[in-house]
Amino acid sequence: MMKFFAMGGYAVYVWPSYALTAVAVILNVLWARSALRTARREALRRLAGARPAATVPYEVRT
Amino acid sequence: MAWVWFHRFGSPPHFYRLATRLCPWFGWSALLLCVAGLIGGLGFAPADYQQGDGFRIIYVHAPAAWLSLMVYVVMASSAAVGLIWRMTVAHAVAASCAAIGASFTAVALLTGMLWGRPMWGTYWEWDPRLTSELLLLFLYLGYMGLRNAIDDLGRADRASALLAIVGVVNVPIIHYSVTWWNSLHQAPSVMKFGRPTMPASMLLPLLAMLAGFTCYFVTLLLIRARAEVLRRERSAHWIATALAPPAGSGTGTGTDQSAGSAGGVPA
Repeated sequence: MMKFFAMGGYAVYVWPSYALTAVAVILNVLWARSALRTARREALRRLAGARPAATVPYEVRT
Repeated sequence: MAWVWFHRFGSPPHFYRLATRLCPWFGWSALLLCVAGLIGGLGFAPADYQQGDGFRIIYVHAPAAWLSLMVYVVMASSAAVGLIWRMTVAHAVAASCAAIGASFTAVALLTGMLWGRPMWGTYWEWDPRLTSELLLLFLYLGYMGLRNAIDDLGRADRASALLAIVGVVNVPIIHYSVTWWNSLHQAPSVMKFGRPTMPASMLLPLLAMLAGFTCYFVTLLLIRARAEVLRRERSAHWIATALAPPAGSGTGTGTDQSAGSAGGVPA
């Protein structure tokens, strides 16, 4: 197991590369989801503003 | 008519529904492929005869570099479609690409530096491949900066589309830089004709990672493009139906019974 983590002496280059990539992969998912959440919220707010409140069949929350 | 699918795809409600439905499929494929690739690449692939275990950086470096180029091509071609056919959905797709592409270009550069240090003895060299890849990062950042500088979404779409299209000349330069110039960077070992220069136990995990990252990019694109489509729709009726089920809950991973049963857009 230690041998695996040592990566034949290249551990200081291999593991940071993997960690960096993992961070980018995770951050991109979080960014994309928050972009969609924001866009949804704003679209609902626009719709609510464009029409009389009584006809809006949903609640707008922030 | 072959054009029917094109127009259907260009219709925001249809695109939104399709994107919602496809998203989990690409997401789970990406996860499975990457897990398989990582197990194969870290567990089963033999150490390289020259680089030892240091070569294993390839399983994150090559997919990131592949994304950096592929995302740019997707961005530039959808920007061109948006510009030529005035298609809002195409502009939405193009706008969604930039941040993803920029981040993976940065990952490709940084993992490349971490790989270059032990193998070449230097983190950075003004080598054709490295320099053109750095230029790609600046193209992405310029594209994003230009979009941010223009308030009107329609004008931002058109101006940034031109930049994206002009910048596409850099893509073949990056790809062929290692063959055109005498570069420090190694020549391609996967995407070349004839026999691959790797044994299958090294190559298969790499192919799994490349496919996994591609599916992952499509997943991100489907989430982000939905957001961009919503931003471009002013008071369109379909938004009410598309967002009617409790919005704000699961975004990408939720199943889509509602989208499936909704069928056509109720007036």
